Amino acid sequence: MNSYAYTLLIPLIPFFVFVSVGMAEDKLKGKLGGLIGTAGLGIATFLSYFTAFKYFISDHVAGTGYTSVKAFEITWLHLTDKLTINLGVLIDPISVMMLVVITTVSFMVHIYSLGYMEGERGFARFYAFLSLFSFSMLGLVLATNLFQMYIFWELVGVSSFLLIGYYYEKPSAFSAAKKAFIVTRFADLGFLIGILILSFNTGTFDFKELTNPHGIAIASMGGAAFMGLSVITWALIFIFIGGAGKSAMFPLHIWLPDAMEGPTPVSALIHAATMVVAGVYLVARLFPVYSQTGPAALQVVAWVGAFTSLFAAVIATTQTDIKRVLAFSTMSQIGYMMLSLGVSKYGGEDGLGFMASNFHLFTHAMFKALLFLGAGAVIHAVHSNDMNDMGGLRKYLPITHITFLIACLTIAGIPPFSGFFSKDEILSAAFESNKILFGIEYFVAGLTAFYMFRLYYNIFWGHDRHYHHTPHEAPLVMTVPLMILAFGSIFSGFLPFHNLVTSDGLAFESHIDWMIAIPSILVGVLGIAVATIMYKKENALPDKVAASFSFFYRWAFKKFYVDEFYMFVTKKIIFNYISRPVAWFDRHIVDGTMNGIANLIVFVSFNIKGLQSGRVQQYAFVFVGGVVAMVLIFVYVL
Amino acid sequence: MNILTLFVVIPVLTVAGILFTKDLKQSRLVSAIGMTAQLILSAILVYLYVTERQAGNMAPMLFTFDALWFPALNIHYAVGVDGISVAMIALTGVVVFAGIFASWKMEFLSREFFISLILLATGVFGFFISLDLFTMFLFYEIAVIPMYLLIGIWGSGPKEYSAMKLTLMLMGGSALLMVGILGIYFYSVPTGGQLTFNVLEIAKHKIPIEMQRFLFPFTFVGFGILGALFPFHTWSPDGHASAPTAVSMLHAGVLMKLGGYGAFRVAIFLMPEAAHEQAWIFIILTSISVVYGAFGAIFQKDLKYINAYSSVSHCGLVLFAVLMMNQTAFTGAVIQMISHGLMTALFFALIGMIYGRTHTRMINEMGGLMKVIPFLGVVYVIAGLASLGLPGFSGFVAEMTVFFGAYEHVDLFHRVATIVAVSSIVITAVYILRVVGTLLMGPITDKHFLHLEDANWYERLSTITLVIGITFIGMAPLWLSDMIHFSLAPIIAKLATIQLPGM
Repeated sequence: MNSYAYTLLIPLIPFFVFVSVGMAEDKLKGKLGGLIGTAGLGIATFLSYFTAFKYFISDHVAGTGYTSVKAFEITWLHLTDKLTINLGVLIDPISVMMLVVITTVSFMVHIYSLGYMEGERGFARFYAFLSLFSFSMLGLVLATNLFQMYIFWELVGVSSFLLIGYYYEKPSAFSAAKKAFIVTRFADLGFLIGILILSFNTGTFDFKELTNPHGIAIASMGGAAFMGLSVITWALIFIFIGGAGKSAMFPLHIWLPDAMEGPTPVSALIHAATMVVAGVYLVARLFPVYSQTGPAALQVVAWVGAFTSLFAAVIATTQTDIKRVLAFSTMSQIGYMMLSLGVSKYGGEDGLGFMASNFHLFTHAMFKALLFLGAGAVIHAVHSNDMNDMGGLRKYLPITHITFLIACLTIAGIPPFSGFFSKDEILSAAFESNKILFGIEYFVAGLTAFYMFRLYYNIFWGHDRHYHHTPHEAPLVMTVPLMILAFGSIFSGFLPFHNLVTSDGLAFESHIDWMIAIPSILVGVLGIAVATIMYKKENALPDKVAASFSFFYRWAFKKFYVDEFYMFVTKKIIFNYISRPVAWFDRHIVDGTMNGIANLIVFVSFNIKGLQSGRVQQYAFVFVGGVVAMVLIFVYVL
Repeated sequence: MNILTLFVVIPVLTVAGILFTKDLKQSRLVSAIGMTAQLILSAILVYLYVTERQAGNMAPMLFTFDALWFPALNIHYAVGVDGISVAMIALTGVVVFAGIFASWKMEFLSREFFISLILLATGVFGFFISLDLFTMFLFYEIAVIPMYLLIGIWGSGPKEYSAMKLTLMLMGGSALLMVGILGIYFYSVPTGGQLTFNVLEIAKHKIPIEMQRFLFPFTFVGFGILGALFPFHTWSPDGHASAPTAVSMLHAGVLMKLGGYGAFRVAIFLMPEAAHEQAWIFIILTSISVVYGAFGAIFQKDLKYINAYSSVSHCGLVLFAVLMMNQTAFTGAVIQMISHGLMTALFFALIGMIYGRTHTRMINEMGGLMKVIPFLGVVYVIAGLASLGLPGFSGFVAEMTVFFGAYEHVDLFHRVATIVAVSSIVITAVYILRVVGTLLMGPITDKHFLHLEDANWYERLSTITLVIGITFIGMAPLWLSDMIHFSLAPIIAKLATIQLPGM
C-alpha cells in the first residue's frame, strides 16, 4: 500500500457505473442513467486532478526527476514459467497526464451528452457504454505491464465498436462499427505477435523492468537477427502496427472516417481525444525500448506519421461532411505526434520530440474535442452533417461560433493559442532530425490552416440555407463544456511540459526557436488567407481550383481509393477466392470422401448380397464348384 | 459412497425416476431436480478438491476408488480426479443443467428424450472420472449411443442421414480407439506381470517405442475424430444442424471435449515419445482445422452451420495446444475446452431459442432482432464477443495461454504454426460480427418478427448460467489456471525424464 492506492478507484468507478447502469438500463427513467454516469465520472475527474496535483506538485521534490510508482498490483494469471500477468496501476508522468486528458474530455462529453442525446432511445445504454469506454481507457493508460495494456486495448476497441454502432438500426452505423472493429483487430494481431516476441526474449511484461534503460531487459535484447533487423526491432515494428491501427495511421486508417457514424459526442471522446491517441501512448510508453534497441523501428514510426499527416490533410481539403473533415484532421494531427516520437531520442534535450509529442497530444485533445463538440452543436441546430447545408450560422449560434473559431486558430498554430506551442516544439524536433520530414510538416501546417478555415467559413459565413426551422443555440448543458474546452485550448499551451513530461523524467530547458516559429506562423496565416479568399464570400473560385486540379481533386475526394482497394481485397479476393473454395472443398472433397466411403460400402454390399440368397440348391452348387476348383488347384497347380 | 461414484449414480437414479413420470411436466421436473443436484455436487467437488490440495495432498489423483469387476482381463472400476477432470466435470455439470432448461418445452416423447439426454450425460461424467481405460471406453460408448437416437428421433432436417453419419464416423473413431487401447493394454507392463488398463499404472512404465509409433496414431485420431480433427470433422456440421437444441449443446459443449481430454490423458500421457515424434503431422492438421474452420464459417448461412464450423476452429485449437506438449499449452488446452464448452453451449441454446421464434436459422432471412428480443440479442452479442476472444470472457484467457505456450517452441516450424493459429483471431471476428450484424442489427426485415416475445424464465436461467460461467472464468482465471497447472506435474515430470530425440 502506498499513498496512491486510491487511484485504483479512478478506473473502477466508471466500471461500477457501467455494470449498474447497464443492468438496470430499461428501468432507469428519463435522464437518471446519464446523471449517474456523469456523477461517477465527476468523481473520477476530481481524483485525477488531485493525483496530478499530488504527483507533479505536492509530492515532488524540487530538482529531482519524476519516478514511476506502482500504486497497486495483483496477479491475474500465471501464464508461463517466467511470465505472469498482473493487473495494476502505474503512476508516472505520462499516465498522470493521460488521466487528466481522459477524465477532462470524458467528463465534458458526459455533460454535453445530457443535452445532445436527450430523448434518444437507449439513453441509459449510451451512458453505460461511455462508462465502459472510460473504464477501459483509464485501465489502458494506468497499465503496469504490456499485457494489461493489451487487455484494455481490446476493451477500448469493443467499447468503440459498441458506441459507433449505437444507432444499430441504421445499417451504415453497424457496418462502420464492424469495419472499425475488424481493422483494429487486424492491427491487434500485429500487437499480439509483437508482445509474443518481446516477452519471449525479455521474459517480462512489466513496464518498469522493460523500459529501464539500464535494466536487464534492454540489455538482453540484442539477440538474433532476422532479415537484417534484430528480432526486437521486428517485435517493436509489430507492436507499432497495433498502435497504427488504433491511431488510424495509413494504411490502417480506413475505419476512422466511417466511425463518424457514431453519435458526435462519441467522436469527440473516442475518435478525437482519447482512444485514437492510444497508439501514440503505446509508443511513448515503450519509448526507451524503441530508442535504445530499435532505432529502425522509430524510423518506421516517423515516416508513417509524416506520410499520414500529409495524406490526411490533403483529403481533408476536399471533404464536405464536417465530421469527416475533422476525422481526417485528427489523423493528420496524430501523424504529427507519431512523427515527433519517431524523430526523438532518449534523455534530456534530445528527448524534445518525446515531450513535444505528449504536449501536442494534450493540446490536441482539448481543441479537437472542442471542434467535435462544436460540430455537434451545429449538427444539433441544422440536422445535417454536410457543409453544403450550412452557412451564415454565426448569427444563430454565437457561443458555438466563438469557441469554434478559437479551436480553428489553435489548430492553425496561431499564437498565443496552445496549438502554436506544441506544434512549434514538434517542428523544432523534426528540424534537428530530418529536413525532409520537417519540410513535409511545414507544408501540412499550411494545409491544416487552410482546410480548417474552409470548414469554418462554410459553416459560419456565407448566406443562410433553407433551414427547416431557425437554427438556435444549444442549451447551456452543451455550451458550458464548449467554453471550458475553449479555455483549455487557449491556455494549455502555457503548461511547462518540458519540466513535467520528459523521456527520462528529468526537466530540461526548452524555449521557442523563433527561426522556426515565425515561418510556421506565416504558413498558418497564409493558409487562413487563402481560405478567406476562397470561402468567406461565396464565389466561383473553389470550383475553378477544383476543376484545374480535376484529376488530383477527384482522387483526394475519393480518399485515394484506399477503401475501394480494401473492399476489393476482402470482398472479392478473401470471400470469393478463399472462403468460398474452402466451403466448397469441405462440402465436396472432404465430406465427399466420407460419403464416398459410405456409398462404396453400400454399393459393394448391394452387389454381394445376392450370395446370401438362402437357397440351398445355390449353396450346394457353389459348394460343389468350390470343391472341384480346389481339387483342380491341388492337382495341377501345386 | 465415494463422491465420484455419485456422479454416475445420480443420473442413473434420475433416469429411473423419469421412467415413473407421465408427461412433460413431470419428466422435466425430475430431470431438473436431478441435474440441479448434479450441478451442486460438481460445485462441492471443486470445493473439496481445492481444500484437499490446499491441505497439502500431493497425490496425482484424489478421491480414488478401485474395484475389480472383470478379473479375467483385470478390468477395474477405478475412479479418481485431478484438477483437469474436476474442471471438466464442473463444465459438464453446468452445460447439462443449462441443457435441461433449454429443452423445457420438449413436447414430443418428452420422457424418452430426457432419459436419452441424461444417459448421455451419465456417459460423459463416467468418462471424466475413470482411470481405467476399459471403463473409460465403456462410458464413452454410453455417451455416443444415445446421440444416435436423440438426433434421429428429435432432430430436424435430414435427421436420419445426419444421425447415421455422425454415429458411423464416431464409431469409426471408436474402432481406431479400441485398437489403440488394446495395444496399450498388451504392452502396459513390458517387464512382465499382470497387464493393466489403469492409466496411472501404465504411466509408470514405458511402452516400447516401436509399439508407441504404431499405437499413437490410432489413439490420437480415434479421439481426434470426436474433437473434430480435420479432415474427420464433417460429421460435426451436419450432426449439429440436425440435432435438437439441448443435444447440440451437450454434444459441442462436452462430448467433443472427450476428444481433447482423451487425446491428452491417453495418447499424450501414455505415449509421449511417439507423440513427440509424430506431433508435426497433427500440428499441421490442427493448424489447418483452426484456420479452415474459421474460413468455412464465414461462408455459411445457417446459424448452426456457422457455429459448427466455429467449433471445428476452436476445438482445433484444443488439439493444437495438446500437441505443443508443454505446461502452458496444456493448461491453455484445458481452459480452451472449458471455455469453448460454455460458449458453444450458449450459442446453441440461443440459436435454438431464436429458431423457436422465427422458425428459420438462415441469417439472410432474419434481421433487426435486437429490437424485438433484446435479452436474447444482448446475450448473443456477449456470446459472440466471448467467442472472438474479448478480454473479460473465458475465450481470451484460453487463447492467450495457448498462444504463449505454443510460442515457447523456438524452432521455425512451431513458430509458423503458432502465427497461423494466432491469425484466427481476426477471421473469427469477421464471421462473428457478420452474424451479429445480419441477425440482430439493422431494420426489422420481416413484419412477423414484430410480435416475437423475449426470453422466458427458463430460457433466461439457462443462458445466464452459462454467461456467468464465461465471465467468471474470464475475469478471475487464476484459480482455474492454477488448479490445472498443478495437476500437470506428473506429465511434465514424465516429459522431462524421457530422452526426446531432437529436443
